[in-house]
Amino acid sequence: MSDDDNAYLGLAEVHEGDEAHWAFGTGFEDPLHGTDTALPPGVDGAALAARCLALGDDALVLAQRLAQWCTRAPELEEELALANIGLDLLGQTRLLYTRAGQTDGSGRGEDDYAYRRDAGAFRNVRLAELPNGDFAECVVRLLVLSAWRLAVFERLAGTATDPVLAAVAAKGVKELAYHRLYAAEWVVRLGDGTEESHRRMQQALEAVAPYLDELFAAEDVREQVEPVLRQVADSAGLVLAQTAAAPGSGRDGEHTEHLAPLLAELQSVARAHPGATW
Amino acid sequence: MSNPDWPLYEVFVRGKRGLNHVHVGSLHAADDRMALTHARDLYTRRNEGVSIWVVRSSAITASTPDEKDPFFAPSGDKVYRHPTFYDIPADVPHI
Repeated sequence: MSDDDNAYLGLAEVHEGDEAHWAFGTGFEDPLHGTDTALPPGVDGAALAARCLALGDDALVLAQRLAQWCTRAPELEEELALANIGLDLLGQTRLLYTRAGQTDGSGRGEDDYAYRRDAGAFRNVRLAELPNGDFAECVVRLLVLSAWRLAVFERLAGTATDPVLAAVAAKGVKELAYHRLYAAEWVVRLGDGTEESHRRMQQALEAVAPYLDELFAAEDVREQVEPVLRQVADSAGLVLAQTAAAPGSGRDGEHTEHLAPLLAELQSVARAHPGATW
Repeated sequence: MSNPDWPLYEVFVRGKRGLNHVHVGSLHAADDRMALTHARDLYTRRNEGVSIWVVRSSAITASTPDEKDPFFAPSGDKVYRHPTFYDIPADVPHI
């Protein structure tokens, strides 16, 4: 049988050092392959760790919110799409937490950061932790956060002084570009859809607007992100108005009341069975 | 389940080593772009694809089982249409 008969034949291929586990696919790339994990001279380990932790927290909390759509999404295909995006973010979180543990001197692992910290120790931006709301809020939040994170990662991929962070960012850029595309298409589709879908999309945009300043205070990419958001809003017939910013910042550990219950669910198994392994 | 109001699309994926797009399944989507992203999320999750085609199922004209004999039986006895009477040079690929 030739590969032309079956698009999935490539899955059974055996790659070097990578036995064929059909169910998991083969030929996966290690995004950090060949990257030196030693801290480069002149780089402040504590500051680097804090940056990795904050970017990891953003991704972990949003991934958990996206996972909460499982069994609740409006369509089977959307459920899978949102879970896929969440898993991309979870992968970014793991690499960033691992790097934080290597550079903050504590020797902590990814589980320590994800499962053994309380809400006050998380540094994610608050937009990631807000409740899911309806599908309009889901996609407009995803649009904003993925456009913002994409701009941050594009910059880090080119300029980060830490080669590990640069490699993690370079991997994330491809994922985030798809997340942004997915979200933007839905925002346009619903914003330019029926009267009701337009109204709910406009409401959703107004609900996230107060949290935009926090994003740009945390990572200064306003110039790259705002034109993207305006372009999508214009295509969708939506108005992205100036809004009073919600005071405070998740980067300083100031969170809404919604983060603690999210973490309680995320950490419940790890806390019920401390030290358990698969 | 998928929204019955959304049209059905057929999905074709070209694998990493494949030369052709191959039919892998179908899905529902509201428009062509959505069909493409759904196909990406449903059918290329395990690192399989390098290219996707989607097409509305309604755009496909298919032969019917009733036409099976008049369509296909006549070619069954024309052995001279098979290139079995030639020696194929070893360096000619894809035959």
